[in-house]
This record gives sequence, C-alpha cells and structure tokens, in this order.
Amino acid sequence: MSTLAAPQLTGTGILLRFALRRDRLMIALWIGVNALMVLSMPNSLKSLYGTPEERADLIHQVSTNASFRALIGPVFDTSLGALTAWRVGVYAGLLAAVMSLLIVVRHTRDEEESGRQELVASGMVGRRASLTAALLAAGVANTVLALLVTVGLAGQGAVGALALGLGVAAVGMVFATMAAIVAQLTESARLARGLTAAVLGAAFVLRAAGDSATDGGTSQAFGTGGGSSVLTWLSPLGWLENLRPYAAERWWVLLLFAAATLVQAAVAYELAGRRDVGMSFLPTLPHCLKGVGGTPMGPTIGRLGSAGALAWRLQRGSVYGWSVAFFLVGVVYGGLTDGVADLVGDNEKAREVFQRMGGQSGITDAFLASMVGMMGLIAALYVVGSVLRLNGEETSGRAEPVLAHAVGRLRWAGGHLAVAFGGSALIMLLAGLGFVVGYGEEAGPILGAALVQLPAVWVIGGLAVALYGLLPRAAPAAWGVAGAVLLIGWVGPALDAPQSVLDLSPFGHLPKLPGGEMSWGPVLLLTGLAVALVAAGLAGLRRRDLTT
Amino acid sequence: MTKAITVSGLHKSFGKTHALDGLDLTVETGEVHGFLGPNGSGKSTTIRVLLGLLRADSGAAQVLGRDPWADAVEVHRRIAYVPGDVTLWRNLSGGEVIDLYGRLRGGLDAARRADLIDRFELDPAKKGRTYSKGNRQKVALVAAFASDVDLLILDEPTSGLDPLMEEVFQRCVEEERDRGRTILLSSHILSEVEELCDRVSIIRRGRTVESGSLADLRHLTRTSVTAELAGTPNGLAHLPGVHDLDVQGHRVKLQVDTDKLDAVLRQLSESGVRSLTSTPPTLEELFLRHYQEEAAAR
Repeated sequence: MSTLAAPQLTGTGILLRFALRRDRLMIALWIGVNALMVLSMPNSLKSLYGTPEERADLIHQVSTNASFRALIGPVFDTSLGALTAWRVGVYAGLLAAVMSLLIVVRHTRDEEESGRQELVASGMVGRRASLTAALLAAGVANTVLALLVTVGLAGQGAVGALALGLGVAAVGMVFATMAAIVAQLTESARLARGLTAAVLGAAFVLRAAGDSATDGGTSQAFGTGGGSSVLTWLSPLGWLENLRPYAAERWWVLLLFAAATLVQAAVAYELAGRRDVGMSFLPTLPHCLKGVGGTPMGPTIGRLGSAGALAWRLQRGSVYGWSVAFFLVGVVYGGLTDGVADLVGDNEKAREVFQRMGGQSGITDAFLASMVGMMGLIAALYVVGSVLRLNGEETSGRAEPVLAHAVGRLRWAGGHLAVAFGGSALIMLLAGLGFVVGYGEEAGPILGAALVQLPAVWVIGGLAVALYGLLPRAAPAAWGVAGAVLLIGWVGPALDAPQSVLDLSPFGHLPKLPGGEMSWGPVLLLTGLAVALVAAGLAGLRRRDLTT
Repeated sequence: MTKAITVSGLHKSFGKTHALDGLDLTVETGEVHGFLGPNGSGKSTTIRVLLGLLRADSGAAQVLGRDPWADAVEVHRRIAYVPGDVTLWRNLSGGEVIDLYGRLRGGLDAARRADLIDRFELDPAKKGRTYSKGNRQKVALVAAFASDVDLLILDEPTSGLDPLMEEVFQRCVEEERDRGRTILLSSHILSEVEELCDRVSIIRRGRTVESGSLADLRHLTRTSVTAELAGTPNGLAHLPGVHDLDVQGHRVKLQVDTDKLDAVLRQLSESGVRSLTSTPPTLEELFLRHYQEEAAAR
C-alpha cells in the first residue's frame, strides 16, 4: 500500500525550508559542539601521548581493561587519527543520534501533539510530507556534520576522516529513522523522545557489553585478528567502531547503516500513511490507566492542595530520573576507579591532569575527586533546569491562574525552589552512594566529597533564581552559565587553562575531596553567596510584572 | 446547484467512543452553512474527516467532488481551514505564519492579505508567543480569507474575538459568499449563525438531528404569542399544538407549534384582538430544545 505517489509528498520542500529556518540555531549548536569535540581531540591526545611508544603503551592498557573497552570501545591502531576515532567515535555517534531524534520528533509528533499540524495539514501538504521534511532536515544536519569532521580531520588522513565522518552521520540517520517510527507509535512527543533515547541507550549498552566481552583482537595485531562480539554487531554504535576509521577501513559496514536506515524509513512511511493525524498506534499510558478509547486518564478527584504540592507533582518525574541516573553513573565510575589508577599511574601527563582536577594526592583519590566533581558539574544542569521550571510555568501562562488564587509569589516560587535545591542535594547524595557501592571502600570520605559539591551547585542555582527574578527575559542565560562552568571544569585542566580561568567557576574553589584538606572557608562563603543570590532573585520576583 | 460537501452515514470510533454515529451533512455550493451541536457532539471530528486528517470507519464523504482522504492534497488546494484553537510557533512572527499557511495552499493574494491585516488590526511583526488568543485566531483568519479557495471550513473561528472584530469577521464571510465561495461554519455564537447562515445542520451524539434553512427549522418549532383581547378567551386549551397557556383576565400568553398557528389566530380573533405580538422562535430556542433533549437522553 505504501505508494510514494507525488501527492503524498506535496509541500515537502516548503516544510523542509521551514524546519531548517525554525531550527537553524539548535542544529548549528548540536553540529558545532559535536564537531568541536571531534576536531579538538587530536591535539589534546598529542599533548598527552606524543610518541608512538606512549600510544602503544596506552593502547595495550586500555585493550586489556574490560571496563575501558566497555566505556569507549576498542582501539585499532596507534596513529593519532585512530586514537581520535577510538576516543570520540562512539560519543560523536551518540550526539549525532540525539540530535537526529530530537529533530525528527520535533517536526513530526511534537507538531501533531501541539495541534499545529492540523492547520499545516489542511494546506496542500501530503500525508507523508511532514515526515519526509523531518527526515531530510536530519539528513541535512548529519551531512553538514560529516563534512565538518571529514574536512577538519583531513590533516590526520583524509580517508580515515571520511570514514569517521560518514560513520557518525550514519548513526545519526539510523536514529533519525528510528525516531520516525516511534513518532508514529506514541501520542506524546515526550514519550517518543524517551523511547528512542532508550533504544539508543540499549545500543550503547549492547556495544559496551560486546566490547568488554571480547578484546576485538586489538591487543594482538592491530586491525587484523579477532572480531567483535555478536552483541557489538547488534548495535549501530558497534557498527561505527567496526567501520574502523584510520585502521584499514571496512567500507562495507556502511551498507549496514544504509540498510537499517532504508528499512526503518520504509516502516515509518508505511505507518504514517495508515493513521489519522494526531492519533497513534500505542496508547499513551499503560492499560490500567487507560480510559475509554485510549484517552489518558488521571484521578477523577484531585488531591493536590497547595502550590508546593503542585511543584512537586510537576517535577517529581524529573527528580526520580536524575536520582536513578546519578546513582548508576556513580556505581559505574566507582567500579572503574581501580582500573584507572593502574592505567594512569604510568603516564606523567595524564596524572598531572587528574591531579589538577582532583587534587594533589594519590591517583585513586584524585580520580575519585575528579569524577565526583564531574557529577557536581552535571548536577548544576539539574538545578538550572529545575529552577527554570518557574520561568516555563510563567511564560506558558500556567503560573497566572495559580497566582490568581490565594498563593503568594514567594510560596509559589518556594515550592519549585525546594525541589530544585533539595533535589540537587538528593541526587549528589545518591551519586556518592553509587561511588561507594561501586568502589567498595572509603564510604565516609566519598559521601563527604559528594556533598561538598553542593555549595557550588547552589551558587549556579542561585544565579538562575537571580536571573529569573531580576531579568526574566534573560533567565535562559542560566543554561549558558551552567554550560560554561561545565566546560571550564571538564576541559580546563586538560587544556592547561590558567588558574584565573579555573577560578571563574565556583567549583574551582571547592576543597579537593577525597584526599585533599577540607576547608570550610570557601564552602561557607559559596553557601552564603547562593543564599544571597536566591534572596535577590525572590526580591526581584516580588517586585516585577509577570510576563505573559 | 452542485454540492460542495456531501456526507452520508459517516461512522468514526475512537476505541469504545462512537464520535460519529451515522452522520449526514450536505452543503450546497455557494452557501454559508451553519454546523451546530453541543460540545462533544462530533463537530470537530466531522471537520477533521472532511480535511482528511481522520479516516472514517465507514460511510461516504465527498468534498468538492473528491474523496477527502484519498485526494487530500487536491482537495486542500481549494480549501482554507480555521480551527477554534490556533497554536503558533513561539519564535515566529504572525506574518511569517500567514505566509507559510498561504504557501501551503498555493499562494496568497498579497493585496488582500494587506487589506485583511489592516481590517483585523493585526500586528504581523509580533512573535507567536506574544499574541493573545484573539490575535492568534486573527492570524489563521487572515491566512484563510487571503487564500484563493472555493471552500472555507471554519471551526468556531471567532472564539476570542472582540465584538468589533466579530463584526469584521462577519463582513469577511459575506464578501466570501458574494464571491461565490462556500463556507461551513461551526459556531456556538448563535447570533452569528443567524446573521450569516443560509442553512444549518444540528448534530447530536454523532448524528444529524435537524438540517435545513432557518425558516424550515423555525417551522418545526413553536412561536410565542401574546395577545390582549376584548373578551374572555376560551377554547384555546383544547386546540392542538398549544403549550404553556397562561390566561390572566384579557391577557393571553401561549406557545404554539408553528404549523398550528393558523387555528390559534382564528380562535383569538373570535374574542376580538386588541393587540397581538407573535415572536418566531429564535435559533437560541431551537438550539436549546435540542441541547435539552441531549441532556435528557443522558
């Protein structure tokens, strides 16, 4: 039945231009960050592992360590290009996949869910035009990414650069078409994104499991002996590494990507032509909660009785998600700690980087401290997102009716802020517990290290509150601040950034725990600063007009 | 006259809910057709089927002589649609959206676009997030009226418009009709329907319960009569079709089925009529009657 007759695609051109116009900034950012990550890698690898001997040594170590193979994948050659492909390949693929699934869902299910698709579809727009435009938009984004990677890495060898560029873009397209299928199945865009991301997560886990189970022949002769486990071959991310950029490229692997993309696209097209606009093949909620005709149902009698309860109800899903994620990441990194200590112990430069991040102490403590610090940086993203829920509620007009009741602005904001600040304490505690479970020792010091991140997290949250209260239009800039802090903490030490730059981040002032000295001064000072920022923001909120 | 829309025996279910249960609808070319019914009676579902957004489970639907599902694009070339709840993209201006919708229908009349923006007092440079409900509605209305189409499908298009803009809307609809365009107007604003529509269809629970010109429909309902008589009225209570009779001395108030009006007037004149007012049923009364039946049927 899936005849792709021309009328089905009428309007695709207009919709594609429209999609690119709407998303020009978002797509540019995704491509830019991804390309920057890939293109900066040869230099930083060169500074860490300058000679072929050092690199051979590194490869021997990472190849014999199952945890490392799981996290990053196998290495196939000692060239800087091959190391770059190893270090960033899977992650560039992940980023391309996330970008692609966001683009596709945004221009398909999101539009239907919001009701905008109804007006668009009443024009001369074919039944499959929106889906086609979304996939083409993802195609354009992935093509640009492939071009940037190919051109940018050409210095390390053009053929390998082309293979890596194509491979990364191909992972993107596999998940673009996967998202296209899922978008037909679910009624909510959020669920479509979540399910596709879950498939992506499963792809990562499959590849990780496959790679940790077999060394892929890398510890023997590079690029020749052995082969990946079946599990790795089940994952598109595993195909990317098996394309082997910079190590006797296996071009035929691209056929796997092409086949998967085409088959998935065909399935999505078939489904798209068979259903009503706005309808889905799967009910939104599990059967027990389903009402008549699959309409999602909630309780008939509501129990929410206060602004605080409403804030918790709106944010609890996110708190649960972050809690689980932080705990699991803690367990994984805790489990890696011993392996890293062995690995880094021999490399002078790498040890230096960890010690700049984690403090002048034993390498194990330095690693733990830098990883816990990393969790702190990510918790800053949580706190910003949570605080800015206030802004979202306000600009969407949902705050207005709440505030029209006998609810003061401070009480309304207080509910959300309690979730933001309390929630960040909860997730850091869980991350610490995760590390303790994974590492198995030093429970007290590790938990202390996790909690000592909080004043810095709160300063970022406080800044978000201040921006929201005083300059509501600029509130989203808090994301920029969190991003900058993340960048400073993440790559600053590796790039030998001067101390004055590292000091810009509140995290730079925290004591390096575990292993370092606890110093209460900066901790109290940062806490005080956070309180002051929150107070300033709330004072501003009380005084200003609500934006509608 | 040819038919712009013909629908017969349309069924559409969502799970166990029968949204449409054998709906019939005929809209003649060149008429303004009112489409009425209580909330949840299936108006929007019908419109979505007419737009090819939903596929009917059974029954036949033709829009401008074509199948709205199979020939959606061809049908849409000649249709403009305005939903009751317009959602815009937060960061796109109203003007951008008008032009997008126009291009998706194969082009806008630029002069008419400018004229309509002027008449609706819309600022097309503002971003979507800054528009009020009424202004979002105007964006969709301007895009629809500026398109060169044969059929306009308007689903509660004036919810959110102020009375002045409501007036502008009514003029626009009249202009469209004068150009020979067909309009299907779903609305709860009965004065608007009464003012604009040549014929109306009333649906209830996914089925058409009345269809015809307003005069036809009025004929099916009751006229209220108030009379001041010279003598004492008698015999009225026994006449067929008389309801709610209220006699106070020489004053008589009653309701009568419109096709029985004749007999009542004859009876009244026997007692000598000093003054007489007779009010035809308003659409409101007509409508309420159907709505109340709906409530009673529940």
